[in-house]
Amino acid sequence: MLHIVNKSPYQSTTLASCLRLLQPGHSLLLIEDAVYAADGAGSQQAVLQQAASRAKVYALKPDVDARGLSQRVMENVTLIDYSGFVNLVAETSTSHSWL
Amino acid sequence: MKKFMFVNRKAPYGTVYALESLEVVLITATFDQDVSLLFMDDGVFEIVKGQQTKDIGMKNFSPSYRALEGYDVEKLYVDAESLAQRGLTEKDLLVPVEVLNSQQMAELMQQQDVVLSF
Repeated sequence: MLHIVNKSPYQSTTLASCLRLLQPGHSLLLIEDAVYAADGAGSQQAVLQQAASRAKVYALKPDVDARGLSQRVMENVTLIDYSGFVNLVAETSTSHSWL
Repeated sequence: MKKFMFVNRKAPYGTVYALESLEVVLITATFDQDVSLLFMDDGVFEIVKGQQTKDIGMKNFSPSYRALEGYDVEKLYVDAESLAQRGLTEKDLLVPVEVLNSQQMAELMQQQDVVLSF
C-alpha cells in the first residue's frame, strides 16, 4: 500500500489521518506542501521519525528543492524524482492519494 | 494614504495564494499606500532561503521579496511562534524582517485601515 500526501502538516490534518492508517510494510510518499513534514528541524520531525520506523518514507525531490529544504530533510526519508514516483506507483498494488 | 496589511499564511507553491498576494502588494505599493506584510503559519515558508523551482516547472518568485524595498515596502513582520514551530530562525529568511510575538501582531493589525488575508 502506498500513501501519497500533498498537504502541509502545519495547516491540515491530512498527514496525521494518513499516519493513523500507516501499517508496517506500507510506503508513504510526501509531495507538494507535504514535504515540509520531512524537515528535520521542524516540529513534525518526531511524528515522521515514528512513521519511518514502521514504513518506508519517500519525498519528491523537485518539491523539496522548490521549497528550500534540500539541506534540511531527515536522514531516513528517501528522495525520489518523477520517474521514481512512477515506479513506486507501478510497483504497489494499491495507492491512496490523500486529498 | 491608507494603511494596508497583507497577512500571508500559505506556503509558496502548493497553492497560488502566495504569488497572488505578492502581486497585490506591488499594486498597492504603486498607489503610494502604507503597506505592511505579515508572515504567519505556513506563510513564513514564502521567504525561506534556497528555493530552487526548476524541476517543478514553476517560477521561483522568492527573489521578488527582496525587490519590495525598491517599492518602499519595508515593513515585513514575521510571527515568532510560526518560525519556531517550523525550526526556522531569522537567518533562514531571505529578507530583513521584524520578528513579533502575538501581542505585537495584534496591536499592529488593529492600527490598519485595511487587512487583507492570503
